[in-house]
Amino acid sequence: MTADREERLAEFLAFVRRRLRGEYEVDEFGFDADLTDHLLMPPLRPLYEKWFRVDTTGVHHVPATGGALIVANHSGTLPLDGVMTAYAVRAEHPAGRHLRMLGADLVFKTPVLGALARKSGQTLACTPDADRLLRAGELVGVWPEGFKGIGKPFKDRYKLQRFGRGGFVSAALNAGVPIIPCAIVGAEEIYPKIGDVKALARLFGLPYFPVTPFFPLLGPLGAVPLPSKWYIEFGEPIPTDGFGEHAADDPMLVFNLTDQVRETIQQTLYRLLTQRRNVFSG
Amino acid sequence: MAPKVVLVTGCSRFLGGHLVARFAADPDVERVLGVDTEPPSRDLLRRMGRAEFVRADIRNPLIAKVVASARVDTVVHASVTADPGGPGGRSVMKEMNVIGTMQLLAACQKSPHVRKLVVKSTSAVYGSSSRDPAVFTEDMGPKDLPSSGYAKDAVEVEGYVRGFARRRPDVVVTALRFTNFIGPRIDTVLTRYFALPVVPTIMGYDARVQLLHSADALAVLERAARHDLPGVFNVGGDGVLLLSQAIRRAGRLPLPVPSAAVPVVGRVFRSARLVDFSPDQLRFLNWGRVVDTGLLKREFGFTPRWTTRQAFDDYVHGRGLRPLIDPGLVESVERGVLDAAARLR
Repeated sequence: MTADREERLAEFLAFVRRRLRGEYEVDEFGFDADLTDHLLMPPLRPLYEKWFRVDTTGVHHVPATGGALIVANHSGTLPLDGVMTAYAVRAEHPAGRHLRMLGADLVFKTPVLGALARKSGQTLACTPDADRLLRAGELVGVWPEGFKGIGKPFKDRYKLQRFGRGGFVSAALNAGVPIIPCAIVGAEEIYPKIGDVKALARLFGLPYFPVTPFFPLLGPLGAVPLPSKWYIEFGEPIPTDGFGEHAADDPMLVFNLTDQVRETIQQTLYRLLTQRRNVFSG
Repeated sequence: MAPKVVLVTGCSRFLGGHLVARFAADPDVERVLGVDTEPPSRDLLRRMGRAEFVRADIRNPLIAKVVASARVDTVVHASVTADPGGPGGRSVMKEMNVIGTMQLLAACQKSPHVRKLVVKSTSAVYGSSSRDPAVFTEDMGPKDLPSSGYAKDAVEVEGYVRGFARRRPDVVVTALRFTNFIGPRIDTVLTRYFALPVVPTIMGYDARVQLLHSADALAVLERAARHDLPGVFNVGGDGVLLLSQAIRRAGRLPLPVPSAAVPVVGRVFRSARLVDFSPDQLRFLNWGRVVDTGLLKREFGFTPRWTTRQAFDDYVHGRGLRPLIDPGLVESVERGVLDAAARLR
């Protein structure tokens, strides 16, 4: 056994000991950094590097310290785009920041998934939580299209849906933190959603029940995402601290900023798509 | 204004009793009255010293005579409880909590001497659900109004207290929304729960738990009674433990129970007289709850001395809870594996 392996073994055993004794910190949102870094993040590496071969650019636009809000397009039937963005920020950013994502209440209602989401740093997408995280100087990620974005049919790929009611802009204005538009290309093709079984969705209480070329046809095998080539691009930050104290209460300003963020992401998506020659080889 | 004549309800329980003892030890307080339906334990009675124990039911209008004739100026209402304990069970508990508060407030409203009212409420008024914000501030309401149990009692109690504050604007009213108490000596549903050798949890969920050391709880109640600090305040220790983490720190074994089987398991534990969880407390084990204590620190002027984790560890040590898996064993296994790996090199 090499010294390097031995060191990793020692680290792993220390991790197991900490877990057994409950010697780790959890913040008020339920974020467990110890678990995230040692157990949840490592298996994402092959997915990020080998399967999707994610090409991340513009990481320097993400500040090394202090609050910031990353706003990205949502797609792919299952929220793998969120997971990959979180991994990108953690692994590729020099400061190795944790991305604190805002998720739908369905996530937190679901057993196992909900607990896991909280432990990995996510919290419910609501104004008080966004405010609290941003004011605490955390890096927050939000996918304002929500289910409309992630569950849109394959034919509508890369067409941004409505950006909610602009709640994320108000949160950024309140905390005076920059908004970083983020465009993700490749996630649309992992599970091409060609149909939706409404009756089953209602039965399970889901927003949609996807039909892809391989699911539910191939059963669990159909749950393997297609190995599309991904691009994640962080754009130039949009500052929000120069608008005065009650800027968040000005609906016109909020709409304009929302539009600006949405347009920036849409244009970046088009640019990345014209540069892409093949869905799978990039 | 410093209190001269203090009346404390729920004096046979831990917090009420120790609060009475503190006022009894203060020569500046002329009279201390402790009210409860049952006499305090001998140990508690001894601590209470010169304080007078009044065996009275606050549901009875008689309480008005006590408040008026003793010229009580400060009332600490600490008897609202989550523990059905007594023979009557839940329905009596609800009566004591809600009707008792109504009667006590009616008595306070009648008496011109009353200057201050401190109410021990609970953060359970925020409810507990998957749609909750991560941290509750005082101005937030529950997402799902608690439909029964202690939480609903507390919501109703706070409603009556607000009504009282409107009718008697000259009285300083402080409502304290406490998180769950923990400590080496206090006896609550939660302290009994964590002392079980195998702790049942709800499968697939891990609640965020915020605790308050009983010593801090006492200090907050005392401060509220001694100073004029009107308002509603969340009271809880800093930091959070996950339920699974707390169970590990106590050295217990978790027993995950599928959600569907939770009511059955709950009934078994209740009939075995181990732990009695009401439905709203079960929801708490499901989702947990964290409150913001910024207002407590800034305006009330109190920072809890114990964090959630320190308070819990103090409880574990104080109760002498022995881990089921010997920590020495874990370490020796760890060393053994590392030694074996080194030999393989």
